[in-house]
Amino acid sequence: MTDVVTAQPPVSIAHTEPTAVSSGSPPARPDFQIVPLKGLPIVALIFVGLIIAIAANKLWPLVFLHVAFGAAWTIVDLFMGFVIGPTMGKLPPPARIEVVTRLMPKMVLIMPTVVTVTLAAGWQLGVLMGTVNSSYYNHSWIVASYIVVGFMAVIALGLLSPANIAVLTELKKPKPNPAVIQKLMKRFIFAAGFTGILQVAILVIMTRIRVG
Amino acid sequence: MSERTLPPVTQLAMTSLALILIGGIYLASHLPQQVPLTPAWILLAASASLLAVNLIALSRVKDFAWTKFFSVGKWALLAYMITAGLIEYAFLRDGLSGDPLVVLTLSIIVYAIHVPVLIAFTVAQYEQ
Repeated sequence: MTDVVTAQPPVSIAHTEPTAVSSGSPPARPDFQIVPLKGLPIVALIFVGLIIAIAANKLWPLVFLHVAFGAAWTIVDLFMGFVIGPTMGKLPPPARIEVVTRLMPKMVLIMPTVVTVTLAAGWQLGVLMGTVNSSYYNHSWIVASYIVVGFMAVIALGLLSPANIAVLTELKKPKPNPAVIQKLMKRFIFAAGFTGILQVAILVIMTRIRVG
Repeated sequence: MSERTLPPVTQLAMTSLALILIGGIYLASHLPQQVPLTPAWILLAASASLLAVNLIALSRVKDFAWTKFFSVGKWALLAYMITAGLIEYAFLRDGLSGDPLVVLTLSIIVYAIHVPVLIAFTVAQYEQ
């Protein structure tokens, strides 16, 4: 198996897409930061909160972080995969670029943050409550959750994050290649949809664990 | 239209990550019992080997966009070192020690290197 890159001359999106307005210059792309620097202090604050919660090892902060960020992770995955993805596919290319340049930089910060907080707080919560012990009566469901989360982690780390950064880097170029953007967005939406399906499995497992 | 063939970096990296995750799940699912570490060591060794293969294969690519690769890779490395540090902190906070700590720490190092390599590769491969 190999990654094959088809080298094409860089062309303007408006000149290659049939639905683009062909009168005059290509649509202006809004300026954007690949990593929104304004969001970094918020991420840092959340991570400090996570470290304090783990160090304190108290039930409520760990439950709050695990549930709140876990819910955010589930909702974002389902929404991206099943609502935003299909909607984006139906938008005209200029509108799609507008959405991508505004949405994807935020995803660069949101996804790693919600995933890290959910997993770290969840693990610590499991240690505190004893649910990670193999003697726990619902241990098989806990292991099932490890496996599903493992799948999601591989997809998120291997497909989602790289595609997210790559599509933004491509859009930063003076003349982005529409074929590259389309390929990467397809990969991103497909991966988000697949993790959305796995999130449904996580919901089943977590509710099973809760009711015993 | 010309075609450039690149090594299967994405596939190898995803396999490598899957291997260390399987090792982590194997250890976590037996807590707090002491289990043989051999399977986890084997999985870690295989994962690290795939990282090495990926780096060697990439280094042999001619006319690769190394400037872009390193400019993206260094920031990705910083980000993933931070998340790796958080994971390691959680392990130490829970009193993990001895060989299981060594296996998991090395796994985290593989993760913290391989993911930035994958991100940097994905970006650089489209740099013409």
